[in-house]
Amino acid sequence: MTSAVVQLKKKDFVSDQDVRWCPGCGDYAILNAMQRIMPELGVPKEKIVFVSGIGCSSRFPYYMNTYGFHTIHGRAPAFATGLKCTNPDLTVWLVTGDGDGLSIGGNHLLHVIRRNVDINILLFNNKIYGLTKGQYSPTSEVGTVTKSTPLGSLDRPLNPLRFALASEATFVARTYDTDLKHMQQVFKAAAAHKGVSFVEILQNCPIFNDGCWTENLAKKVRKDKVLFLEHGKPMVYGADKNRGLKLDGLALEKTSWEGDETPADVFVHDSTVESSVLATLLTEFTDPIPVGIFREVQAQPYDEALINQLDVAKDKSKGQGLAELYRQGANTWTVE
Amino acid sequence: MTTAAPGISRDRVTIRFAGDSGDGMQLTGTQFTTTSAMIGNDVSTFPDFPAEIRAPAGTLPGVSGFQIQFGSVNIRTPGDAPDVLVAMNPAALKVNLHDLPDGATILVNEDSFSESNLKKAGYASNPLEDGTLKAFRVVKQPITTLTREALKEIGIDSGSKDRCKNLFALGVMYWLYDRPLEPTLEWLSTKFKKKPLLVEANHIALKAGFHFADTTEVFTSHYQVPAATHLPAGEYRQVMGNEALALGLTTAAQKAGLPLFYGSYPITPASDVLHHLSQHKHLDVRTFQAEDEMAAVCASIGAAFGGAMAVTGTSGPGVALKAEAIGLAVMIELPLIIVNVQRAGPSTGMPTKTEQADLLQVMFGRNGESPCGVVAPATPGECFTLAIEACRLALTHMVPVFILTDGYLANGAEPWLLPNPDDIPEIKVNFITEGNGPDGVLNGYQHDPETLARPWAIPGTPGLEHRIGGLEKWDVTGHISYDPENHHHMCKLRAEKIERMVVPDAELIGPEEGELLVVSWGGTYGAVLTAAEELRLAGKEITVCHLRYINPFPKNLEATLRKFKKVIVPELNLGQLCMMIRAKFMVDAISYPKVHGRPFQVAELVAKFSEVLSD
Repeated sequence: MTSAVVQLKKKDFVSDQDVRWCPGCGDYAILNAMQRIMPELGVPKEKIVFVSGIGCSSRFPYYMNTYGFHTIHGRAPAFATGLKCTNPDLTVWLVTGDGDGLSIGGNHLLHVIRRNVDINILLFNNKIYGLTKGQYSPTSEVGTVTKSTPLGSLDRPLNPLRFALASEATFVARTYDTDLKHMQQVFKAAAAHKGVSFVEILQNCPIFNDGCWTENLAKKVRKDKVLFLEHGKPMVYGADKNRGLKLDGLALEKTSWEGDETPADVFVHDSTVESSVLATLLTEFTDPIPVGIFREVQAQPYDEALINQLDVAKDKSKGQGLAELYRQGANTWTVE
Repeated sequence: MTTAAPGISRDRVTIRFAGDSGDGMQLTGTQFTTTSAMIGNDVSTFPDFPAEIRAPAGTLPGVSGFQIQFGSVNIRTPGDAPDVLVAMNPAALKVNLHDLPDGATILVNEDSFSESNLKKAGYASNPLEDGTLKAFRVVKQPITTLTREALKEIGIDSGSKDRCKNLFALGVMYWLYDRPLEPTLEWLSTKFKKKPLLVEANHIALKAGFHFADTTEVFTSHYQVPAATHLPAGEYRQVMGNEALALGLTTAAQKAGLPLFYGSYPITPASDVLHHLSQHKHLDVRTFQAEDEMAAVCASIGAAFGGAMAVTGTSGPGVALKAEAIGLAVMIELPLIIVNVQRAGPSTGMPTKTEQADLLQVMFGRNGESPCGVVAPATPGECFTLAIEACRLALTHMVPVFILTDGYLANGAEPWLLPNPDDIPEIKVNFITEGNGPDGVLNGYQHDPETLARPWAIPGTPGLEHRIGGLEKWDVTGHISYDPENHHHMCKLRAEKIERMVVPDAELIGPEEGELLVVSWGGTYGAVLTAAEELRLAGKEITVCHLRYINPFPKNLEATLRKFKKVIVPELNLGQLCMMIRAKFMVDAISYPKVHGRPFQVAELVAKFSEVLSD
């Protein structure tokens, strides 16, 4: 029996475990968004696997009533790769954070993206280590004062999206924890993409880094500080829709205008261009901060290519089995 | 082997080919081995090469060697000391000279003994002329000149001609030991299929060497080493440990009806396992060259979660990096094979040299109480059978199992009786497709009363959706638990799983009780057995107990240990198995440790065992 024949609801994806994140944590909203879109994906829940590393975000699989694997720190991309190579039919979501994904697991994240393994990566970015109680992370601003950096952190921060683009990600997007609708849109697009999908989720940590995104995301300023990217639409933002980005030489620049007519030089977003240069230019903006799909291009996933190689080898071998394998490439002789 | 009458028969001979690492000595040795095996000799080989791919030509670090013992009798080691050394240059002579017994024959390429090459090898004067070699029978021949002369009509460049000189030397050795040229001629035709001129050149060089030795009488006689008679009837091939291991892993996965997933990061001396397995794709073998050692093991565990026969392969430094993930495999009770092809450590150590110093690492080198199964093949061919057994144990008990081999087994070759795949039993897998708990829920940690295996519920199975991870589990349900009693219970349960493994009794060679018991493990088998046999023939009371299973130990080990007055443990480390035996059984075992980066020699074991017997 497969559960695909039954129309599933959000509650079917809620596990029997009590959710143990801190009150007010952005992770609750992300979990809610994920459980809501699950029934819409049309994938039977036994074919869905959530894989995570270590950290607050990595508790995510315990709360999803699907298959789940809470692995070790930073290595979730490798587990997910092995799983997909064994059964490419599975829909695999990888949940990580700025510490797990970009610090201890930076190397694995690079390679799972580079290989274009057909999984969906969610990187919860709260610019802090939560589970180890508040040390600075690879996305913390210079000068972040924490228990391990009483005089301020010295490291320059990493931009997760630029990391993903430099790793040749075929799908790159950003969303944020206080916009349930936008999260759902982005998650669904990530799920629909064939190949690796990388989604950064701007997330608040009310305990160790409260307000880490309020500069952009506070309700009062959001309309003027967030640029919603839409494929084929001009890059317009602002409460009055009278601001935008235009291309000037090799840079994107802010522009504004009077009246309802969007000027022709406001750049039209194209997430499907093969070159990642434009997407990279967008990642440089923090005011406004772009959200939505930066890049979405097609390439054969690693796991699919791997299975193709097996099929070709099987065809070529014409049914040879173990007895032939033992003789493969060897001289044999007989002892009477 | 000194001057002998023509046509003399030998029951065993050891020869060593040595030259620059670019001289093709491994190829030459391999060809001599294949040919000898094909005419029915028993063989054992020891390739010994530098870590550098091409160290500066003519220097001591660039010397590559290949030793083979072949015979009409049971050959279990590559031989202590060569009867014949083929030295292609002064550096090869210098590096290998101290291993030669008086009276040994040395075939040297006289052309290479130029002033500059002598200097590179650190010779102040020419050893061919200054009496250095007076204890040996030296055959000096201008091999380069002779090869060039033989190939003067062939339209290839002089560099390519000079690269044929190893075939000339091989031809000489084929004449000396009365071997046929055909197997090598055929092999060359296949290898250079697309370069007919190279086939012709190499054929001519091989034949020229053979005829040169035949007509010039530089050797007073040649020798026959008849076919061995102890080998069971059947079809044979030559196999090296790493290749046998790859064949065994693929066989096990087929017998379990699972895809094989092999996650690995290139590392000497384990990389060949990856190379071989990547040629088994038609049998559903999925090889994954990971970005590092951690990714290799983690991908394999991910594959195990997904229902594959999951294997990761490496050497000691890689096992160090994989330690945390192996602990996870212990905690989540999934089947996993970890291959450790040991090399000399610590750290980078001597990557191309053999050692057995990772035993305690694989036993205990993880955080927490983290027991794994450990098996150790004794010969290159046995890497096949023990790979299958390791998979069977891992799948039966749902645990990680280490296969401990070493550089000596990995690269050493022996004749291998081709198994009939139909004779290899199927392996049962613990897949579960329906809930085993109340109301049809999954009790993911409900352990089988006999094997203590937990059910294997793989993603894709409807109704069994569940979460696993590295946090401690409640027994039966598999839910997260911080309960003190449960943790104590689960640590004991995981240890008990290993103890419940059914492994065969240790092989005892010699009387079942008496004066001296030698307890050995892994690749020292051949040398230990040969030494013990030699002593028994001399009337000494000595028994060998060779361990192929180290965790758990075979059930007969303790009783066996107590039946002997003395116990000695020879091993290529500073006494690791000895420590385990002393700790576990309170037996006053004597350690005989050695870490030279080389296998034991039979003579040193004979000397040590004799000393212990006479104490």
